[in-house]
Amino acid sequence: MLRDITLGQYYQTDSHLHRLDPRVKIVATLVYIVSLFVVDNFIGYLIAAAFLLAAIILSKVPPKFIFKGMRAIYFLLLITMVFNLFLTPGEPLFSFWKINVTKEGVKIAVMMGVRLVFLITGSSIMTLTTTPNQLTDGLESLMNPLKKLHVPVHEISMMMSIALRFIPILMEETDKIMKAQMARGADFETGSLIQRAKSLIPLLVPLFISAFRRANDLAMAMEARCYRGGEGRTKMKPLIYHVSDYAAYLVAAAYLGVMIAVGIIF
Amino acid sequence: MLQVENLTFEYIRRDEEGNVEGIKTAVDGVDLEVNKGEFISILGHNGSGKSTLAKHFNALLFPTEGTVWVDGLNTMDSQNIWDVRQGAGMVFQNPDNQIIGQVVEEDVGFGPENMGIPTEEIWERVEESLKAVGMYEYRKNSPNHLSGGQKQRVSIAGVIAMHPKCIIFDEPTAMLDPNGRKEVIRAARALNEVEGITIILITHYMEEVIYSDKVFVMDKGKITMQGTPREIFSQVDKLKELRLGVPQVTLLAHELQKRGLNIPNGILDRKELINAIKAYRY
Repeated sequence: MLRDITLGQYYQTDSHLHRLDPRVKIVATLVYIVSLFVVDNFIGYLIAAAFLLAAIILSKVPPKFIFKGMRAIYFLLLITMVFNLFLTPGEPLFSFWKINVTKEGVKIAVMMGVRLVFLITGSSIMTLTTTPNQLTDGLESLMNPLKKLHVPVHEISMMMSIALRFIPILMEETDKIMKAQMARGADFETGSLIQRAKSLIPLLVPLFISAFRRANDLAMAMEARCYRGGEGRTKMKPLIYHVSDYAAYLVAAAYLGVMIAVGIIF
Repeated sequence: MLQVENLTFEYIRRDEEGNVEGIKTAVDGVDLEVNKGEFISILGHNGSGKSTLAKHFNALLFPTEGTVWVDGLNTMDSQNIWDVRQGAGMVFQNPDNQIIGQVVEEDVGFGPENMGIPTEEIWERVEESLKAVGMYEYRKNSPNHLSGGQKQRVSIAGVIAMHPKCIIFDEPTAMLDPNGRKEVIRAARALNEVEGITIILITHYMEEVIYSDKVFVMDKGKITMQGTPREIFSQVDKLKELRLGVPQVTLLAHELQKRGLNIPNGILDRKELINAIKAYRY
């Protein structure tokens, strides 16, 4: 059913990672991504792999779920590796026809591949253990300092959460309009690409009109409930750090320290 | 509680250059008074101006002429606007377009959050409001998985959590099935009777107004009839003229009366009709 789709790919279970503050998870994910780019040696990647494995075990998410997200990047992974393999200049390993494979090329291709896989796995652990709601809350709170630069932080996060709330509704509506137009003889499936794109017009026009009407209604309902922007607003579920969150920050900092050290020494 | 004096509201239509193209008077010189704790209904067919009138009670629209006082506060005074909106909550027609939260409890907490209520009190209010509409066991659910009637009850809880003195229901049942309609009306009546909240119900379903203390009928922006439900429903012919149907039982009683059966005017439910017919026989 359309209304059952979940955004992001949250995996419902109870684990230490699930219970962590979303801010910690966002920061730790960023730290992890940065750490992947400060090292370029075997020991560094070994430590990164160990850290990732520990996170997977702690998250209690079945590995099957984590690697399902990887399917989307197979192609990207392949292209990156092929290009790096063949187009890096350096000491030739072997060559045939016009293609040269160099030692450096092999090294960079393997490194890029490993980096990409680690990067995607790391960030999907975050989205698998954090609800979209918590993510927007965490982002809002982390971006709070930007308010001084007149970045509308509260508005951005409100927009994100409203979008998340309305995506399933609009999907359902798209489905309804599509069926209604098909009942009137619209054809969405045959013809050339251009014809098919054109046939989407009778779908998109009513969808947009209805979306605007909904937006209007929603704005009125929000105003009726005293919504007046982020000023003076309290939170029903404020983000509060617990001991485990500070511990997680420490672990992430220690990990980054080790990775930088490894990057410099080796 | 609510006082409306000579209220007129005009929709001004403008062309692309901003010149006035046409003026439509949606509400035309309405006087209205609602006392604390009353349950009143405003009836009218589409385009009679009843929704436009309702939006004035919540300071969503401002009068072109005349004045609206909500609990002694003039809605035109921009300092009062948040107090007015807190004091007079509003439930709208489309259940999907008024739920903001992705989880039921978060949506109910939205109003109190906007008012700057401390966190612990928000939780207390959310719990008490969800219990008041019988939706407490759904507090962790996504609103997308609820039925229309349940969604409307969540919306009502969202309004109650703001502790309003008065709730305006703007056609809350228009998009619901008969079961959902019953659920919503039952919730509204319970709030009126148990919590003593003033209720203003705007609707075009006749069956829903029979419980109210007072009924106002609107047509072309004016109030054309007012009185108790019994007084209103005694005038079947006039209601028909205004393109409003009466409840089937009332209609049946009216037709029987026309054929010479001597029963009283303005019968509202089946029991009353049965009793009237029984009494007639003896």
